[in-house]
Amino acid sequence: MSKYSSQEMVLNMGPHHPSTHGVLRFILQTDGEMMVKATPDVGFLHRGIEKIAEKLPWQGFMPYTDRIDYVASVNCNLGYAVAVEKLAGIAVPEKAEYLRVISAELSRLGSHFIGFGALLLDLGAVTPFVHALRERETFNDLMEMLCGARLTHNYVRIGGVSYDAPAGFKEKCLAFVDHLEYEFLSEFNQLISSNTILINRLANVGVITAEEAEEYTLTGPNLRSSGVKFDLRKDDPYGIYGRFDFEVPVGTGKYGVIGDCYDRYWIRIEEVAQSCKIIRQALSQMPETGEFRTKLPKPFTVPAGEIYVRTESPRGELGYYLISDGGKNPFRVKIRTGSFSSMTIIEHISQGVMVADLVAIIGSLDVVAPEIDR
Amino acid sequence: MDHEKIAAILKSRLGLAVQSMDEMKNNDLMIVVDKKHLISAAGTLKNDPALGFSTLMNHLGVDYGDRMAVIYNLYSPTLGQKVTVKVYLEQDNPEVPSLERAFQGISWYERETYDLFGILFTGHGNLKRLLLPEDWKGHPLRKDYVYPAAYNNIETARIDMMNEMGEAKGPHV
Repeated sequence: MSKYSSQEMVLNMGPHHPSTHGVLRFILQTDGEMMVKATPDVGFLHRGIEKIAEKLPWQGFMPYTDRIDYVASVNCNLGYAVAVEKLAGIAVPEKAEYLRVISAELSRLGSHFIGFGALLLDLGAVTPFVHALRERETFNDLMEMLCGARLTHNYVRIGGVSYDAPAGFKEKCLAFVDHLEYEFLSEFNQLISSNTILINRLANVGVITAEEAEEYTLTGPNLRSSGVKFDLRKDDPYGIYGRFDFEVPVGTGKYGVIGDCYDRYWIRIEEVAQSCKIIRQALSQMPETGEFRTKLPKPFTVPAGEIYVRTESPRGELGYYLISDGGKNPFRVKIRTGSFSSMTIIEHISQGVMVADLVAIIGSLDVVAPEIDR
Repeated sequence: MDHEKIAAILKSRLGLAVQSMDEMKNNDLMIVVDKKHLISAAGTLKNDPALGFSTLMNHLGVDYGDRMAVIYNLYSPTLGQKVTVKVYLEQDNPEVPSLERAFQGISWYERETYDLFGILFTGHGNLKRLLLPEDWKGHPLRKDYVYPAAYNNIETARIDMMNEMGEAKGPHV
């Protein structure tokens, strides 16, 4: 053996590791500082949500959907509600549709703050994370005004939402959107987005081509950052998303090649501006008065049948495959989440990168562990 | 393109592989495919230029009580259409060919279905449990699954509650 011959080593990362975004384990095969392969080991947060669903009434499952992705719980509520409504043929009042869009887009903002904030924290930049969390605090306050909860909101109901917007909500929400668009984004970009160290850490790292992204079923921001312009809010609209005017940002290879970690970071910053645009339009179009929930028949049953409905959550396509046998409980609920498919590509793109880059790759894919394990 | 046209194309391209065709509640097409023809049907759906169902949206297993099934949700960006492909399997020792060759990203989905239903995917490169521990016994999403009283000498205290919950009084609105 020569003095500098290489030797492979197997390292364990997680399940309790500060940069694995939840309880998530990687088995790393390394050769010095280079990664040979990173194999994810998931399931630490498996709670059997799909089995629990079969034991509960259709409405009773709603609080559990919060726990699928607790960073953006309204989006998970919404996906389930839309799926059940389509299967049962329930109409949603106009006002509820607007409240749903507002809360879902607020949730997307809150989720993206955690998404890019935590990525920066993983890379060692603590200050921007605190800036992002400061904004999430306002989002928490707004959701508290709407439904009383700050994390697991359980706001959307089958056939509407749980509460009407209280007095003062509209003004506070508008002020928040103004603050984000005119103050926060430019301040944040000055602070970190054009920072040379950040660009060097993210640009040209963990490149996912459009073909790879489609092959590995990536969805949402991760797919769009690879240059594929596909957003379910535009391409397969649900609810009233067809009424709003907004852009779908795609990866352009701002500082490197298309589909690198920087593109995945930057697309979330751009989506913040687009969500603000949607919230502003929804607030101005929303009717002042009106019903916010359809009364459901008691006992509530869903006609027998099968359906697959997908919605755009902050982490990509959130799909519910529902099977009803005509009874009070679902017969089978399958939840397809964005993080699950993001996770499958890590083994593929982590080959041959530096160990420190793996943290950037995991962070830039914005993986949330409970969404993988369910 | 309307549904009848797509249904006609599907029938002509897939031929004998299609056992039946149905429409779901949101107007998506559902086709039931014979297990023997699954691999060739998947290849046609993905690669035929007139169809182009190249995106795998979702995969799941189902236990209908008297038989099992695997379901694949495909999307065609060129047609802007979704199709649900369903394959019925026998209840005892269900087995189906893996679609890893056609859709690389399906690997983890098939592992999850194997883990929770015990459906074997022949030809899968790494068919291990995904979510549950490797020493777990049984497949929880099967309808006849019996909850274990203990796991590694740890009592599963919620067992009575879980068994009673089937009669839960709703709705919690």
